[in-house]
Amino acid sequence: MNLAGRSLTDISDLSREEVVFLLAETKSLKMNSSRPTPLPAPGGRSVALLFFEPSTRTRTSFEMAAFRLGLRVLHLEASSSSAQKGETIYDTAKNVEALSPHGMVIRHSGSGIPLQISKLLKIPVINAGDGFHAHPTQALLDAFTIQEKFGNISGLNILIIGDIAHSRVARSNIALLRMLGAKIKVCGPPTLIPPLASELGVEVTDRLDENLASADVIMALRMQMERQSSFQIPSLKEYTTRFGITQERLNLIKKDAIILHPGPVNRGIEIMSVALRDPRCQIMEQVENGVLMRSVLLRELLGVAC
Amino acid sequence: MSATFKNAILFDPSLRINTLGSIVTEGGKIVEILKDKNADSGKIYDLAGQHLMPGFVDLHVHFREPGHEHKETIGTGTRAAAAGGFTTVCCMPNTNPVNDSSFVTQYIMEKAHQQGVVRVYPIGAISKNLEGNAMAGIHGMIQAGCVALSDDGKCVMNAYLVRKTLEYLKSYNVPLIEHCEDENLVGRGVMNEGLVSSQIGLRGIPHAAEDVIVSRDISLSEHTGGPLHLAHLSSRGAVESIAHAKARGLKVTGEVTPHHLLLTDESLRSYDTSFKMAPPLRTEADRRSLVAALQSGVIDCIATDHAPHSEEDKNTEFESAANGIVGLETAFSACYKLVLTGELTLERLVESLTTSPAKIFNFRDRGQLKVGMLADFTVIDLKKNWKVDSNQFFSKSRNTPFEGWDLKSQVTRTVVGGEEIFNIEKGICL
Repeated sequence: MNLAGRSLTDISDLSREEVVFLLAETKSLKMNSSRPTPLPAPGGRSVALLFFEPSTRTRTSFEMAAFRLGLRVLHLEASSSSAQKGETIYDTAKNVEALSPHGMVIRHSGSGIPLQISKLLKIPVINAGDGFHAHPTQALLDAFTIQEKFGNISGLNILIIGDIAHSRVARSNIALLRMLGAKIKVCGPPTLIPPLASELGVEVTDRLDENLASADVIMALRMQMERQSSFQIPSLKEYTTRFGITQERLNLIKKDAIILHPGPVNRGIEIMSVALRDPRCQIMEQVENGVLMRSVLLRELLGVAC
Repeated sequence: MSATFKNAILFDPSLRINTLGSIVTEGGKIVEILKDKNADSGKIYDLAGQHLMPGFVDLHVHFREPGHEHKETIGTGTRAAAAGGFTTVCCMPNTNPVNDSSFVTQYIMEKAHQQGVVRVYPIGAISKNLEGNAMAGIHGMIQAGCVALSDDGKCVMNAYLVRKTLEYLKSYNVPLIEHCEDENLVGRGVMNEGLVSSQIGLRGIPHAAEDVIVSRDISLSEHTGGPLHLAHLSSRGAVESIAHAKARGLKVTGEVTPHHLLLTDESLRSYDTSFKMAPPLRTEADRRSLVAALQSGVIDCIATDHAPHSEEDKNTEFESAANGIVGLETAFSACYKLVLTGELTLERLVESLTTSPAKIFNFRDRGQLKVGMLADFTVIDLKKNWKVDSNQFFSKSRNTPFEGWDLKSQVTRTVVGGEEIFNIEKGICL
């Protein structure tokens, strides 16, 4: 399967067959690798990482993934919007493209920015998270983690908990896991559920306790405290009372279920420390798998031979 | 100065005129209407069987002068109006400085006199500097030429100010125009709240943001007896409220834009900021409800909300891009699509661009083909096909959602006071 030259801005950019291929390639990379050893940069290839929103985890994951492939990494971090510099985000992207990297990874707080940029550039663009819209590489690594544990995703019950409305992780996971045949429920206070969520093909609930026992995968989302206005939930304490993964709730979760979280976790808010120590918690595996999945994506989309 | 417009299909649905004939003008007014025969008096214009209608009246444009002349001036804006068949345009007060006093009104009137090619009427602000806190200089502005009051671009959030302004306006028979969007419900929203916003991850604006203000202001109009005009309606809920208000005989009128009649939030999937405006494009159900309401007369008229913006203001992140699109040069032809699909009659389309808006602002001397009225006409070739190319616009700005659309029907001539000011072959004639 040849994905070289393609962009990945949303799960809808991929067919089911392509997803299956990427998952299989990640598996084979994991089987055949121990600690990463950088390969010599093939043909002096490079990838530009443009992060217009603070990120440590996704950025370092992409960096490590590039390192494994021997890709040179070109960094561009801007905490402020480029508009404040008098240049648009599109100017910035075009300028970076003119430096001749072989691909571009973009994170931006505005939904749709990676898609718009991908239309302007000739090189592949990978979305590392845009606004509330999409985080396709996170969804792919989550799907890989789930598949690794259960073998097959089809028919699994997935429970996504938290601020669904403002979550790009939730949107991409819903799109991808539905494509792979999972049944998805989203759980959170009605203020944090997107409008017409049921038309997205998911079941909606605000009762966590009675939905834990049937779930194979529990995915807790980060409460984006900086994004919460005081009209969304009365308090974080109240959120934890209703939706936090506590000791009591751990007892309701199946023995062979797994607990995921895209990170970084807010200990004591959406997930308690005791849950992070629980053997069902796969958060570190997610981080590890993230590097592998992103290596595969960079290799396939940038067409890096190795 | 006399002129004859002959060999035309005279078309005025309000008077049930739809016949081949000619019109003779003199001193800027209609002096004779000859049905089924031609005249030869003064300068002769042979319209070769095209439709001649009353000149279009647009109750809602933004000409950006004073203050934002890089986007549009009264000179370029009125040229765009002429090219779109509009002979009367009313410009909103959100300029810099805001048109909230007789001084700014006079400045606009003067500019319009010097540079305008069609008739320009300013709309004054309701509140000082559009801040929603205190009444603007209402009497002075109306004396200087304002034909309505509005804080358009902003909703007047203080219901008490709306109430008192409606009461105060009873002295003048001038309507208050509300931009119906509750700003708390809009919040940081940038598009319609619905399935599309949920899918593409942009913050939504619920239709309730419009509906609650429409209902609030209808109650205030009923309470005060003051005339209320509701700008750029976008939601089904608003349509229902107006229908109810009209059934009770209240002094409430409403307008709808061509883009809300033709487009839905599905267009936002491209994140193209040419589809970003306030209020936002809503769902197909809303769109259909707006078209049906326009056809039935629940919504009185079409207004373009012509809102020019520079490329710098539009070509940026969706969240930070300016709201609004240009509309004067595509209005009729775009709406004619609805005639072709059978959703709207030609009669109602023309009435909603002519007689209906003229009546709302009490322009008694225009909007109909009647002897004694102003000789303002729009001539249209209903068979002509053309493609929208914003590079050809007379407007200074290019922010149209209809770029590249193939349209049928084209404005071929625009006549103000008996003089041809626009001609499709020659452009602006001065």
